[in-house]
Amino acid sequence: MPEANVRHRPAVAMALSLLFAGLGQLYNRRYVKGILFIIIEASFLLTFYNFLNIGLWGLVTLGEIPMLDHSIFLLIQGLVSVIIIVFAAALHIANIIDARNDARRRQRGEPFPSLIESCRHAWDRGFPYIFVTPGLVMLLFIVVLPLLFMVSLAFTDYNLYHSPPRHLLNWVGFENFKNLVSIPIWKSTFFSVLAWTIVWTVVATTAQIALGLFLALLVNDPRIKFKRFIRTVLILPWAVPAFVTILVFAAMFNDKFGAINREVLSLFGLSIPWMTDPFWTKVALILIQTWLGFPFVFALFTGVLQSISRDWYEAADIDGATRWQKFKSITLPHVLYATAPLLIMQYAGNFNNFNIIYLFNDGGPAVRGQNAGGTDILISWVYDLTFTTNNYNMAAAISLIIGLIVCGFAIYQFRRTRSFKEEGNI
Amino acid sequence: MNRKWKSHIEVTLIYLFIAFMFVVIAYPLLWTISMSLNPGTSLYSASLIPEKWTFEHYKWLFTSPESDYLLWYKNSLFVAAANAVLSVLFTALIAYAFSRYQFVGRKTGLYLFLVLQMFPSLMAMVALYILLNMLHLLDSLWGLILIYVGGQIPFNAWLVKGYFDTIPRELDEAARIDGAGHFGVFFRIMLPLAKPILAVVALFNFMAPFTDFLLPSIVLRDPDKFTLAVGLFNFISDRFANNFTRFAAGSILIAAPIAVVFLFLQRYLISGLTAGGTKG
Repeated sequence: MPEANVRHRPAVAMALSLLFAGLGQLYNRRYVKGILFIIIEASFLLTFYNFLNIGLWGLVTLGEIPMLDHSIFLLIQGLVSVIIIVFAAALHIANIIDARNDARRRQRGEPFPSLIESCRHAWDRGFPYIFVTPGLVMLLFIVVLPLLFMVSLAFTDYNLYHSPPRHLLNWVGFENFKNLVSIPIWKSTFFSVLAWTIVWTVVATTAQIALGLFLALLVNDPRIKFKRFIRTVLILPWAVPAFVTILVFAAMFNDKFGAINREVLSLFGLSIPWMTDPFWTKVALILIQTWLGFPFVFALFTGVLQSISRDWYEAADIDGATRWQKFKSITLPHVLYATAPLLIMQYAGNFNNFNIIYLFNDGGPAVRGQNAGGTDILISWVYDLTFTTNNYNMAAAISLIIGLIVCGFAIYQFRRTRSFKEEGNI
Repeated sequence: MNRKWKSHIEVTLIYLFIAFMFVVIAYPLLWTISMSLNPGTSLYSASLIPEKWTFEHYKWLFTSPESDYLLWYKNSLFVAAANAVLSVLFTALIAYAFSRYQFVGRKTGLYLFLVLQMFPSLMAMVALYILLNMLHLLDSLWGLILIYVGGQIPFNAWLVKGYFDTIPRELDEAARIDGAGHFGVFFRIMLPLAKPILAVVALFNFMAPFTDFLLPSIVLRDPDKFTLAVGLFNFISDRFANNFTRFAAGSILIAAPIAVVFLFLQRYLISGLTAGGTKG
């Protein structure tokens, strides 16, 4: 057993480890560990030095020579470099903490665990990381990196007229956001699209939730027979792939040849310009989304309704409660409490419901004086700006605004969810 | 007597409303079926009750040398199967770690999942396009699979973690006392007990590639590599002038099996969602 060594200083070990991984461990006389750490850090530097160097340079300058430096590739390499550096920094910090802990042990004269013991300890402690790593790496490159890229684009001047490799991109700060609210055409488009997006989200989602709830209550009534059959049919719109139904509806609502005008409304002598008048397109979209969306809510509520104990209602009956009172004080709180996070997700989902807008009428009909279609919501406008007019910078700026709004939804979710209170342990 | 009458009227009204919903639900679906049985290719001449029933569109899809339908079906099946298997694997690993272990970054990770599942993948499309291009995975089914598997993690990890949390910890503790290691607990306790939710994850990831059209339409260029949704969309993308009946026939052949599987499964999804949503 080693003797206590008050002259052994943790600060020195930490400083050495900060300088280069493993040095502090050597100072602690943990030679095998120290050499291992040195080899790891050295090989990391040898492998990645050039990549990181170019990446960081690219991230700052976005390239210096047109045709030779490709700003977009440099930007991506830069972002990858940042991710790698964050991870390396985390490992480096772990190494410094390790050096400190070992140094304190030596100071107090405690024995060190043997190599096998520390291996087993590392396996137990490191195990969750092994499980998480493959998925996390995928997540980083497929979800996080592209989002970071989008955020970066919002601060560049990347559009049809400034596109690599002919031109270099430049960082322009908040220029795009300023333009969005100051240049007339962008301003008017942005605010009208934003307004419709909000109306769309609130009206369509609320309609589908209300219809779903109403039907769930009706079918749950004890006097109704054939419940299974009724429920199966009511869930059908959810079961059929949405892209098929939306395209079918697009054909049915066709102004001239569609079944709605030709077969249903002609009975009343009506013909509505579903596809050419923005107002009627909006009405049609909300109707279709209600048709598509209510079954999920219906199924959800049906499940919750069946789980409410009968005792509650019997007690209410004894107190002579009316049906409305029972609904308001028993059913609704139960149902909403159990499903609130999922209902919020419905709002968030419709806020970004690109499929229906794009497939039904491609955001159309066109409207004078703005560069988005009459029924475009923010996300479908982003799609148009990206793939049709190549206004990547503005598309990214708007995406960022969408992202901020989405974060608002998320914060609400955090406060609702209880899962963080349940702590995992071995 | 009065009360009984009131009740009768109520029940009748309920049935009437349900009947109305049935009509609203069935009308577009039946209309699609009748379109697929109409002769000709356009909406102009088609009618709800065709004068002449015909299966020519179905026959065309399977037999015409111009039709790539079977190839698209094969592509979709491949993407769907790979997506289902890989998604379950990655998701279960992550969910297990998040459900049972305490580690640095656990809480941040959970927050991250919750936020990321709300971001539409469309926002990342440009970057994904460039990344796939850099990796030479553009216009390849594996590129598509990669994006699907990565993209589903936040939502499904959350779902499966919620389910894992409901499995009593005493079970893994007992297994550990009996000498099971980390992998032992995972493979012999957690996976078998979580079969229902894993089946749901697998099936939903299996069905997703059949119904998603946006991502493949950006990633895939070569008609030989199309999945069903992209291929079908191309039947009508020239504004319904052509081939709507053919589109209807092709769609029914995807929608019918999916709807049947779905009707059997939605119960499990709902129970998984409410468990995961409220208990986390």
